[in-house]
Amino acid sequence: MTQPNDLFGIHTQALALWQRRAEVLSTNLANADTPNYQARDIDFRAALGAATPGSLPLAAPSSGQIDTSAPSATESLKYRVPMQPSLDGNTVDAETEQSAFAENSVRYQASLTFINAQIRMLRTAITGT
Amino acid sequence: MSFFRIFDTAGSAMSAQSVRLNTTASNLANADTVASSPESAYRAKEPVFAAIQQGIGKGAETAGVRVTGISESQLPIGSRFEPGNPMANDDGYVFTPNVNPVDELVNMISASRAYQNDVEVMNSAKQLMLKTLELGK
Repeated sequence: MTQPNDLFGIHTQALALWQRRAEVLSTNLANADTPNYQARDIDFRAALGAATPGSLPLAAPSSGQIDTSAPSATESLKYRVPMQPSLDGNTVDAETEQSAFAENSVRYQASLTFINAQIRMLRTAITGT
Repeated sequence: MSFFRIFDTAGSAMSAQSVRLNTTASNLANADTVASSPESAYRAKEPVFAAIQQGIGKGAETAGVRVTGISESQLPIGSRFEPGNPMANDDGYVFTPNVNPVDELVNMISASRAYQNDVEVMNSAKQLMLKTLELGK
């Protein structure tokens, strides 16, 4: 029997990360004209790896060692390498951000669809119809 | 739900861009006004944007936009010899604003494009939120 937390698999964590990424990308688009603003993005693979239980983190027995367990999405936040940096120090490329935002929305909806399908399947299993 | 923060971010950007559109409108409207002294002549205005952090810790990666001030253009003020103008000074000169209409139009297009981007972002966030609400129906 699966645990209630495992019902929707990886998609609940993925959903939260897509949401966070949408936030970061919207920040980039909002600051498209702000001087010295540097565009950022989430390293999705690292963030999801950190959010998924079951991947064994390295132990950090003493306080001096770097604890690799449970890095949050904030720590997998990276600065984008600018393709066309502008004179005012702004590294937002509106087209890149727009396409990333659109892609992110589709992926978010894909995760939603998977969760929906899982709910429908469970409902069929419960009602038998 | 953190999608609400997108509304804050995009909303702050929209208000900042509308300040920019307002200054552009003001500059273009005053492009042909004359003054009787260089000091009282209209100077082109432009907003200064800065990013503001919204929240600490977990939500610190989002930043809205704030207008920190309006800067006035330091380009030289023009002058024109028009003795018949009621605004002319004793030597017969009127002083014209340092508004460059080409700059203003470029600013206007850039501001309206950025505004449209923010509206799109807000709409997408709204649609995703509504889809999430319909989960399991």
